[in-house]
Amino acid sequence: MAESLPDTLPVSPADPVLSVRNIETYYGPIMAIRGVSLDVPKGGIVTVLGANGAGKTTILKTISGVMDPQKGSVRFEGAEIQGRDPDWVARRGIAHVPEGREVFPFLTVRENLLMGAFARSDRGAVAGDLEMVYGYFPILQERSEQQAGYLSGGQQQMLVIGRALMARPRLMLLDEPSLGLSPILVKEIFGIVRRLNEEQGVTMLLVEQNANMALQAADYGYVLELGRIVMDDECSRLLESDDIKEFYLGVKKDAVRGKKRWRRKKTWR
Amino acid sequence: MELIQVLVAGIAQGCVYGLIALGFVLIYKATEQVNFAQGDIMMLGMFAAFTLIAIAGLPWWLGALAGIAITGVFGFCLDAFVLRRIIGQPQFAVIILTIAVGFVFRSAAGGVWGADPVSFDTPYGGLVVTLDENETGRTVIDAADLTIILGTLVLVGALYAFFRFTRIGVAMQASSQNQLAAYYMGIPVKYVISLIWGISAAVSCIAGILLAPKIATFDPDVGFLAITAFAAAVIGGFGSLPGAVLGGLIIGITEQLAQAYLPGEYARSIAPISGFVILLAVLLIRPDGLFAQIQRKKV
Ligand SMILES: Nc1ncnc2c1ncn2[C@@H]1O[C@H](COP(=O)(O)OP(=O)(O)OP(=O)(O)O)[C@@H](O)[C@H]1O
Ligand SMILES: [Mg+2]
Repeated sequence: MAESLPDTLPVSPADPVLSVRNIETYYGPIMAIRGVSLDVPKGGIVTVLGANGAGKTTILKTISGVMDPQKGSVRFEGAEIQGRDPDWVARRGIAHVPEGREVFPFLTVRENLLMGAFARSDRGAVAGDLEMVYGYFPILQERSEQQAGYLSGGQQQMLVIGRALMARPRLMLLDEPSLGLSPILVKEIFGIVRRLNEEQGVTMLLVEQNANMALQAADYGYVLELGRIVMDDECSRLLESDDIKEFYLGVKKDAVRGKKRWRRKKTWR
Repeated sequence: MELIQVLVAGIAQGCVYGLIALGFVLIYKATEQVNFAQGDIMMLGMFAAFTLIAIAGLPWWLGALAGIAITGVFGFCLDAFVLRRIIGQPQFAVIILTIAVGFVFRSAAGGVWGADPVSFDTPYGGLVVTLDENETGRTVIDAADLTIILGTLVLVGALYAFFRFTRIGVAMQASSQNQLAAYYMGIPVKYVISLIWGISAAVSCIAGILLAPKIATFDPDVGFLAITAFAAAVIGGFGSLPGAVLGGLIIGITEQLAQAYLPGEYARSIAPISGFVILLAVLLIRPDGLFAQIQRKKV
């Protein structure tokens, strides 16, 4: 059934929280993002898959305002936000969980979490949310008075997700939460990502190399290569796609040879 | 001279160095920039207090408070309107700029207030506390020394509480430790850094005002004191606030001991450079300074 559909489906979520249109982002003269468009519907989990250097992080940085796109637009809840400062974007309701667990190493776990709520005006609700985060990540409560720099990698990943949650964001950008974690921990983190989406209603844009986990957690997926979207579909269908199976899930089958393919080699130009 | 007198004078001198060193370290931690105009900002603060107290005739405490506030605002604006313009330039450019700014301040102060030494009255200036009195003489401690020590204790305590327990204070720490992550929290990092410059300038001004009755008079070159304070900051690890104060104390006490107990001509030549002798020794033994934070800092 998947074969009868066109390569790229036109995305038509009723009311996307985030819509990115034709952005082009450069590092100096190097064009890292070459005209990317994507939509994130309210309450959904959308994933962007891509190998090292595909431009996943750059897309998130362009959304959160760390980098400015040379062309194109980023709309959040209907308003254009491209070119704004990242602190402004954060106060607007987008929480960026960067890759590499960027904790505040000399602050305690608790202080890290409270910094997540820095921009909130409803200060009274912060204490309750701290309990909510401890509920999802009990280890953080145990370590609440310890300096964040002394946590393990997995604990730091939990901390940065919990910290972003403290902002009560309407959109969370997650950059490779599975990076460098053991398979069990990856499962746990993705389980919590799903629960946060279902129980707290947080809309997520999740960027991953771990296609298997990401496709299971997300509803809709984009495949990014060398700064371009080469494919996008419902995650259930991407999981069945032969190209995804071969190049991202590591499944090889003879049967897939000879069929019409969107590319032959891993590197697509 | 009694050892206790020497020690108290040394601690007081060290507190002044320590406060100026704090100013260096605050800015360094937040921006990884070294502000070589730190001493000249202190000098401007002292002249602001001089203008308000000695020329405008305000009571000492009011003139001092206003001078501290003005210097703080000045430091904030210096970052927001001058330093901000060269953000992203190499470290070197920032260093040159702060050195140039220091020159400008010094010559501007010379133009406005003249090069002759000035002073302002301090309510406790010239007072002493007598510890011991007998036929051979009196053991006294300068009230100015005690005020410096007391003032430093209060200020360091207040800064500690501010950075530890207030939301904006913790946000300042966060911005220093991981600037990008601070942006992601919605912390207005640029404003926070300007605030840190303001605090740093205000602390320098307090150091200068506490110092004023000790040195009796000052001129636009008084800011060169900051070179010794810089050594104190390096001894303390240049990234540690307690380290900065302790580095200052080590230098201050050594200077006073050298001054009091070395034979005549050595005392005069060695005492002023004793801080740098210690600096060399510390750098040879512990290149990171005595109180360097071991963990690598990100961003
Ligand atoms: N600071 C930089 N300066 C110059 N080029 C950069 C910089 N950061 C990234 N790039 C380039 O931009 C492209 C996209 O990088 P990006 O970090 O977005 O990839 P990514 O998909 O997140 O990769 P990874 O999975 O390794 O995190 C890469 O080709 C990379 O070499
Ligand atoms: Mg990346």
